Amino acid sequence: MAALTLIPIGFVVVYTVVIGPSQAWDLLARPRIGELLWNTTRLVAVGCLLSIGLGLACAWLVERTNVPFRRLWHVLLAAPLAVPAFVNSYGWVSLTQRVEGFGGAVLIVTLSYFPLVYLPVAAALRGLDPALEEAAYSLNNNAWQTFWRVVVPQLRPAILGGALLVGLHLLAEFGALQMLRFPTFTTAIYDQYRSSFNGAAANMIASVLVLCCLFLLLAELKLRGNRRLSRVGRGASRPTSPYRLGRFCAPSLLALAVLVVLALGVPLGSLVHWLVVGSSTAFPLGRLGTAASTSLLLGATAAVLTTVFALPIAWLAIRYRGVASNVVERSTYLGNALPGIVVALALVTVSIQVARPFYQTYVLLLLAYSIMFLPRAVVNVRAALEQAPPLLDDVAHSLGASSLSTVRRVTLPLMIPGLGAGGALVFLAVATELTATLLLAPIGSTTLATEFWSNSSSLAYGAAAPYALLMVLISIPATYLLSKNVKGSVLS
Amino acid sequence: MKRILAATVAVVAMVPLLAACSSNDKPFITVYNAQHKELLEEMVPGFTKETGIDVKLRNGDDFELANQLVQEGAASPADVFLTENSPAMSLVDSKGLFAPVAKSTLAQVPAQYSPSTGDWVGFAARSTVLAYNTAAVKDAELPASILDLAKPEWKGKVAFSPTGADFQAIASAVLEASGEDATKTWLKGLKANGTVYDGNSTVMKAVNSGDVEVGVIYHYYWYGDQAESGVNSDNTKLHFFGNKDPGAFVSVSGAGVLKSSDKKSDAQKFLRYLNGKTGQQALADGKSLEYPLNPAVAVKSPVKPFSELDPPVIDVANLNGPKVITMMQEAGFL
Repeated sequence: MAALTLIPIGFVVVYTVVIGPSQAWDLLARPRIGELLWNTTRLVAVGCLLSIGLGLACAWLVERTNVPFRRLWHVLLAAPLAVPAFVNSYGWVSLTQRVEGFGGAVLIVTLSYFPLVYLPVAAALRGLDPALEEAAYSLNNNAWQTFWRVVVPQLRPAILGGALLVGLHLLAEFGALQMLRFPTFTTAIYDQYRSSFNGAAANMIASVLVLCCLFLLLAELKLRGNRRLSRVGRGASRPTSPYRLGRFCAPSLLALAVLVVLALGVPLGSLVHWLVVGSSTAFPLGRLGTAASTSLLLGATAAVLTTVFALPIAWLAIRYRGVASNVVERSTYLGNALPGIVVALALVTVSIQVARPFYQTYVLLLLAYSIMFLPRAVVNVRAALEQAPPLLDDVAHSLGASSLSTVRRVTLPLMIPGLGAGGALVFLAVATELTATLLLAPIGSTTLATEFWSNSSSLAYGAAAPYALLMVLISIPATYLLSKNVKGSVLS
Repeated sequence: MKRILAATVAVVAMVPLLAACSSNDKPFITVYNAQHKELLEEMVPGFTKETGIDVKLRNGDDFELANQLVQEGAASPADVFLTENSPAMSLVDSKGLFAPVAKSTLAQVPAQYSPSTGDWVGFAARSTVLAYNTAAVKDAELPASILDLAKPEWKGKVAFSPTGADFQAIASAVLEASGEDATKTWLKGLKANGTVYDGNSTVMKAVNSGDVEVGVIYHYYWYGDQAESGVNSDNTKLHFFGNKDPGAFVSVSGAGVLKSSDKKSDAQKFLRYLNGKTGQQALADGKSLEYPLNPAVAVKSPVKPFSELDPPVIDVANLNGPKVITMMQEAGFL
C-alpha cells in the first residue's frame, strides 16, 4: 500500500527528470512561485496556530470549567466538521465578497478545521490524571504554571497530531481557497492543468508542495519526540474539580456562541437563505437521491478500505519503531500533499497501461481515494495503537490467550475508537472530493460534490444549495462518531 | 470484529451493484464534454430520438479533459470530445488523436470556424464583451479597443479571470491579431490594472456590485443572468468592441471524433447532428444563449445578432495555447 501511494510522487519525479534541470529551474525561479510559497506558508502557519489556540481554549472551557451547557457545546464545537470547507466558504462568499484574500481564507479554514485540534485535545484533557497537577500545586506552582508545565506537555501529542491534520488539510485544500481567490500551490496546480497540457509547470509546483509536506512531517516528528505515552494501570483517578469561571462565565459563553455562529451559523444560514430565495433552486429528487447515495456508498467503502490499509502501516510504525518504519509511515503522507488532479492523472497514466479493465471503475476510484486520504486514517490508527501497548499483549499471552484471541479481545477493543475516527475522517474527505471523482468515476455517475460544483461555478447558488445541504446531512454521522469516540483517536 | 468484517463485505459487495446501475443494452457513444453540461442536456435528446443512440457524458473543464485524453492516448474510452474554446481542441489535435471530420459535417458551418486540418469542427460560438457598471462608467468613456484596458487610466478598474480557458482563448486572439510585443505589453498592463477573479460569472458579479468598473467576459453570461433574474447584472451593460478589434474575438466551441474510437460512424453522426439544423435549433432555443454556427439558425433576441459582431479575422487553428500560457506565466498570472 505504501508503494501504491508513491505512484503519484513517481509521476511528479519522472516529469521533473524528463524536462531537465534548466527548464525546471526556469519554472521554479519565477516570481509566481515565490508568491505561492509565501501564501501557502502563511496560510498553513497561521491556520495551524489559530486552530491550536481555538482548539485548546475551547477544550479547556468545555472539559475543565463550570461553563454551562458543556455537553451541548461539545457537540456544537465538533459540528463544523460536517460542513465541508468549500460549503463554508460558499456560505461566506455568497453573503459578502469581503472575505476574499488572506484574512478571509485564514478565517474560513480555521473555522472549518479547528475541531481537528479541539476533539483530540478535549479527549486528552478528559483522560488526564489530576494527581499530576496536584503534585505540581504542592510544589508551589500556581494555576498558570501548572497548566504550562504539567498539562500542556501531556497534551502535546494531541495538539501536534491535530495540528498536523490541519496542516495536511490546508496543503491540499482547493475548493474553499479557489472560491476565496487566495492562490496557493494547490490552486495553482489546478490552474496550470486548466490552462494547457502543462504537465511540466504543474509538476514543478507539485514537487515544491511535496517538499512543504515533508517539512511539516519532519517538524511534527521532531516536536513529538519519541516518548511513549501509553500508561498501563490508569488506576482510578479522581475526577478533576472544574475551574470556577465566576465573572468570566458570561464572556466565555459569549465567545463560544460567537464561534459557533461564525463556524456553523453563517454557512448553514446562507444555505437556507439560498434554498428559500435562490431563483434557480430546484429539488430534482431523482438526481439528488442518486448523487447522495453514490456519495454515501463511496464514502463508506473508502472509509473501510482506507482504514484497513492503514492498519499494517501504523502497526509497523508503533510496534517496530525505527528509521525504516518511520519512512514507510511518513511516505504515505506525501500522497496527501498532492492535489487530486495530480493523483488522478498519475492513476490515469498508470492504470490505462497496466490495469485497463479497472480504468474508470469504482475500484480504481476507491484506490485513488485511499491513496489521497490514507494519512487521515494512519494518524488515527497510530494513535489508537499507542493505546494498546505491547505489554498488554504479553499479559494476555501470559494468561494463556492465543495470538488471535489477544488481537480480538485486547488489542482491537482498545483500537476500535481510533479506527472509527480514522474511517470517519476519510468519509468526510471522500464526500467532498471533486477532481479525482470527475476524472476517474465511471461515466454517468454523479456525486453530491460534482453536482454542487457544476452548479455553484455558474453562480446558480440556489441550484447548488440542496446538494450542499445533503453533503452536510450525510456528514453528520461521521462527525458524531468523531465527537463520541475521540477517546482513542489522535490523542496518544 | 465480526460486525466490522460483515460491514466491509456488505459495502464491498455493493460496488459491482453500483457499477451495474449504469449499464444498459442500447447503443451508446461516450462523450468527453467540456461545454456547459446544461447545453448538452438540451441538445442531446434530439439526437437520441433521431438515431436511437444514447450519449454518455463525462463532464469537466476544457484542459482537464484534454489532459486526460492525452494521457489516455490510444486506449481512451472516449468517442467524441467537445470543448468550450478551441485551444483545448488544438492541443488534442496536435497529439494526432482526432480522426478527420466528415466533409458533409464540415460543410454545415462557415469554413473559418473549423481548422484547416479538418480534424474538428466548430458547433457553437461566444463573443468577447466588456461588461461595465453603468453607474461608474459613461458610454463615452468606454475603451475603443481591449488593448486600451492596459492603459494607466484603467488602473484598479478592470476585472477578468486569467486562470480560465475563456480568458486564455481571448489572450491568444490578442496574440494572433496584434503580435507578441503588443500582447506582452497588454498582459503587463492588465497585471498592473486588473483584479483577478475566478470565472466569468464572478467577474460579472463584481462589476455589478461596483467592486470594479469593467470586466472582460463572454456575452452569454450576461444575457443568461438577465434571462434568469438579473440579480448579478442589472447594474451593468455590455460593450461590444466590434471593428475587428481583438476584443471582438469570437471563440469557437469545437467537436471532434477520437481516432481511437471504435464507434466512429456513430460519433460522426453525432457531429453531423450537432451542426445540423435540428441540433443547432435546439442550441438556439435553449438557455445557453451561445451563437449557433449553422447559417440556417439564428440566436434568440435580445442577443446581439451574430452578423453584427464584426470580429477580427483569426484562424482558429492558429490560436497558440502553449505560447500564450508561457507569456501569462511570465506576466505572473499562472
